[in-house]
Amino acid sequence: MSKKVISVQRFNPETDKKPYMQEYQIDTNDFHGTMLLDALEHIKTMDQTLTFRRSCGEGVCGSDGVNINGKNGLACITDLRKLPKTIKVRPLPAFPIVRDLVVDMEQFYSHYESVEPYLQNDDEPATERIQSIDERAKLDGLYECILCACCTTSCPSFWWNPDKFLGPAALLWAYRFVADSRDTATEKRLDQLEDLFKLFRCRTIMNCADVCPKGLNPTQAIGHLRDEMIDRAI
Amino acid sequence: MDLKTLKYDAIIVGGGGAGLRAALQLSKSGKKVAVVSKVFPTRSHTVAAQGGINAALGNRDGEDDWRYHMYDTVMGADFLGDQDAIEYMCQHAPATVLELEHMGMPFTRDENGKIYQRAFGGQTREYGKKNVHRTCAAADRTGHALLHTLYQQNVKAKSHFFSEWYALDLVKSETGGVSGVIVECIETGELNFLQSKAVILATGGAGQIYKTTTNAYTCTGDGLGMVLRAGFPIQDMEMWQIHPTGIYGVGSLISEGTRGEGAYLINSEGERYMERYSPNKKDLDCRDVVSRCSIQEIQEGRGCGPNKDYVLLRLDHLPKEVIEKRLPGITELARTFAGVDPEKEPIPVIPTAHYMMGGIPTNKYGQALTTDKNGNDVIIDGLYAAGECACVSVHGANRLGANSLLDIVVFGRASGMHLEEDLKDGKPFSKPSEEDIGRCLSRYERWMSSTDQSGSEPFAEVRSDMQQIMMDYFGVFRDGKGMQEAMDKLLAIRPRVQKAYLGDKSKTFNTSLVEALELDNMIEVAIATAYSALYREESRGAHSRIDFTERDDKKFLHHSLYFIDGRLEKREINMKPELVEPFELREREH
Ligand SMILES: Cc1cc2nc3c(=O)[nH]c(=O)nc-3n(C[C@H](O)[C@H](O)[C@H](O)COP(=O)(O)OP(=O)(O)OC[C@H]3O[C@@H](n4cnc5c(N)ncnc54)[C@H](O)[C@@H]3O)c2cc1C
Ligand code: SF4
Ligand code: SF4
Ligand code: FES
Repeated sequence: MSKKVISVQRFNPETDKKPYMQEYQIDTNDFHGTMLLDALEHIKTMDQTLTFRRSCGEGVCGSDGVNINGKNGLACITDLRKLPKTIKVRPLPAFPIVRDLVVDMEQFYSHYESVEPYLQNDDEPATERIQSIDERAKLDGLYECILCACCTTSCPSFWWNPDKFLGPAALLWAYRFVADSRDTATEKRLDQLEDLFKLFRCRTIMNCADVCPKGLNPTQAIGHLRDEMIDRAI
Repeated sequence: MDLKTLKYDAIIVGGGGAGLRAALQLSKSGKKVAVVSKVFPTRSHTVAAQGGINAALGNRDGEDDWRYHMYDTVMGADFLGDQDAIEYMCQHAPATVLELEHMGMPFTRDENGKIYQRAFGGQTREYGKKNVHRTCAAADRTGHALLHTLYQQNVKAKSHFFSEWYALDLVKSETGGVSGVIVECIETGELNFLQSKAVILATGGAGQIYKTTTNAYTCTGDGLGMVLRAGFPIQDMEMWQIHPTGIYGVGSLISEGTRGEGAYLINSEGERYMERYSPNKKDLDCRDVVSRCSIQEIQEGRGCGPNKDYVLLRLDHLPKEVIEKRLPGITELARTFAGVDPEKEPIPVIPTAHYMMGGIPTNKYGQALTTDKNGNDVIIDGLYAAGECACVSVHGANRLGANSLLDIVVFGRASGMHLEEDLKDGKPFSKPSEEDIGRCLSRYERWMSSTDQSGSEPFAEVRSDMQQIMMDYFGVFRDGKGMQEAMDKLLAIRPRVQKAYLGDKSKTFNTSLVEALELDNMIEVAIATAYSALYREESRGAHSRIDFTERDDKKFLHHSLYFIDGRLEKREINMKPELVEPFELREREH
């Protein structure tokens, strides 16, 4: 591999009426690194107007979620060598576009905040709260979420009801605290999800788990939340 | 230019661990506080920290003591650290970590259900006599766990964020203090003056001045640039930590925690060379030491690979469970970026620019300092600094692994607390200098009106030249002649930055403008490094000169202060802890 065509969706609200695709021919020998983000950075040295977010460059900060040949992922850990010759890069779907690959994530964050994503427990013990290895293991696959929004923006239920259905990421966080042996607000957390939309709009389509760059499984977390709600209903 | 002014009791610039901990303190005080961050807070570089955070909890070894932690930190710092600040940090470490646990941080647990602690470099018990497990960890994603927990607490406390706003410069008051900060909303391009009674800078590191670094794209030393342009000094800028294990050719970090769990370095002959250099601490000797040994191995022809230019980190002998449970993050990184499966093959690694020990000088309350005519410390009214951008100084000439996450939380909190008191005592607004507002805006105007004429280059080209120079001359080993050449080159780059052009003049989410403004900061940090490194004619900690190979306490047992006009001043090291006897000068043991 050395020559690639990167086709990027462009949109600058100051000059464009609607988004369009722009092609950049690149030679991967011209720059350092093998990831899609390296290619975007390289293009940006030639066309300074190309706009995208990035920070860590190694898949831990969640800045550069984009849609790559139809599938959401992080540009910084998507290996060009595993992609076809022509690569279409678009912003994450379902959010308003600010400019080029940058989307407005307001809705995503407000759903996240709505699940009260913080430990609730008023005790102030003198040492750490004791949590067994097994209890702690329940948080694995949940706490690692980097809030990249790849999942939520690939979820058809979210596309149809972005204001009412919380989406996989927020629900994953809701469950992260329900699953924490140290949290005392489970009842309240479940009460807040008793609504036709917030949780129950999930149709178990699994897109979310399929795209999560951290290998997390929001579908499963949503399933656990459902189980908890059914359990307490009986 | 129309400039909206908004008034706040306190403005915190930076939403990483330091900024968020300070914000939490102040949000609870009921004062009007806001955090400005150029990236959404959970995208701050703290998220990338892996190995852990130090606190003498003694969960694994039965007994541990903050005084042992203090001793290790003083020794690790090669005596350039301030002992009052180190004492404060180590003494407050256990409570700090327990507080994080109470906030919900998902630490890994031991068999007793307590916080899991692992071994890390340079950590001992009984003043160097025994090994210790002091580093509290959440698998190898401690920074992520810590940053998200602090952000969550700020959500709970309803802290106010200017998220994706870029701070350009500090506005000085008519009396020489700080009156606030000029910020740009990245999304709309709108400029605001945030006037505040005090500003806390928590802008993080500047690893991006090096071509290859473990640091995020956003670690560009903005706070340091702001302070220098305001006429204040920065301290110990020659001290850059080059971490022994960055992934070869890429720079992504493989945590020291990996060696803490039993991994070790080998050369082309398969020899575990750290046993030869450091019979006691071996692979867990301080980072400056291990990096020097790796480079020496490579220089003597025992590097690995076709060009013999890296070494290997072995962990395939570790139990599968240890790798899966405690090192999942680095396993992912090794697979993605080095293409190796660490359960089966060793990881190619190379010493890589990692951490800035220097920064904005502060006292242990986070108050930023400058000096008067006689070289005495003077507190800058209205300015605090905490975290990696500050030099309080707990890391001196070499930071111990897992002491930075501790530093950011302890001193983020301390500066928040100190400012909280000041505000309670009725600290007033100071009067901003109109002239200084003009100075702050001129940099923005320069870039926005820059043109593509002959003799000007795109700013990214200039940046790349600077990064190469830093990488070539200010790495693990340094020498006067090379550094002088590098200095000349850097001084020639400075005017090129002034002339470079910005090829995007949009108002909406102009990330090129942000990068251009960052370059103004990076070049000043690079030049500060060159001046300070040339000045320090000795080898101490991470500053290792082949033309001055010994530590010279007679001449250089002091901090170096650098001002933007190239002036260097000495500043005394604090040797006066409050609760214990000071640790006296001696050689480091290996
Ligand atoms: C890969 C890696 C692993 C590490 N692992 C460990 C470890 O295991 N243990 C340990 O103790 N240390 C570790 N460190 C070091 C430690 O993570 C950092 O030193 C620390 O997180 C810095 O925190 P901070 O809050 O000072 O800055 P950051 O987390 O870097 O935050 C800086 C903040 O300032 C904001 N900002 C900067 N400039 C501006 C501006 N101009 N305008 C507006 N906002 C601005 C940014 O948006 C960001 O919010 C590691 C470092 C790296 C690179
Ligand atoms: S499983 Fe549920 S949350 Fe996930 S994509 Fe499908 S509908 Fe959305
Ligand atoms: S669950 Fe995965 S895809 Fe969704 S926001 Fe978190 S890390 Fe991203
Ligand atoms: S840049 Fe941080 S996740 Fe890609």
